[in-house]
Amino acid sequence: MQIKVLYFARIKEAVNYSSEDVDLPETVETITALKHWLAQRGEVWANLFSGKLVVRAAINHTLVDDLATFESGDEVAFFPPVTGG
Amino acid sequence: MRLHSFPLLPVVSVVKVQIEDFDVGEVLASVRRDHPQIGAIVSFVGLVRDMNDHQSVTTLTLEHYPEMTEKSLQAIVDQAQQRWDIMDAVVIHRVGTLKPLDQIVLVVISSAHRQAAFSACEFVMDYLKTQAPFWKKETNNESERWVEAKSSDDQAQARWQSTRQ
Repeated sequence: MQIKVLYFARIKEAVNYSSEDVDLPETVETITALKHWLAQRGEVWANLFSGKLVVRAAINHTLVDDLATFESGDEVAFFPPVTGG
Repeated sequence: MRLHSFPLLPVVSVVKVQIEDFDVGEVLASVRRDHPQIGAIVSFVGLVRDMNDHQSVTTLTLEHYPEMTEKSLQAIVDQAQQRWDIMDAVVIHRVGTLKPLDQIVLVVISSAHRQAAFSACEFVMDYLKTQAPFWKKETNNESERWVEAKSSDDQAQARWQSTRQ
């Protein structure tokens, strides 16, 4: 399935870009699975997505927990805990 | 003597994310309106400080997730309006690069009685701090760093889940 993935703040700086279209294997359909899949890409990705850092996620602009599932065409965003206000 | 009878005040909520500064007096005047059902207006203004975590701050840059930010702020305001008997709600949050003394965020709530407005204003700020997709980066003459989220902010938000008011 194809989804759009966005990165913000220190995660964006670490991966060096802000968005990408990814083509995922059928088994990857939860935030947990997507983090695991991204963590396989290399050291930078493993540091971000293997669970050492707190990384929050949103699907189609709504905050979700790691068990949430997405569908083809969805927009998934990853970011650090928020610090506005 | 003639008594005016006013229809029930329509509730207004305004949520804005902007680079420009805001005028608190102007917002208060717009919320006040010509309506005798409003008995209280509570406002909160967040400012940039020149020190944070024992380090000096020269600039503060706010990044956000444009497609999600206003939607997230609106959802927080909707919850406050369901939970308390409040009238208007205004939330303005700035993005871009700010400096010490600058205004960052404004929350204004009006209600018939003060307690609802006080509580709703705190609620909106506590949820904004932990749910709305903004990230702060501070710089000074030596370095730049992303601001870390505080567990005290999570605790402030969590208390609303266990109390009714």
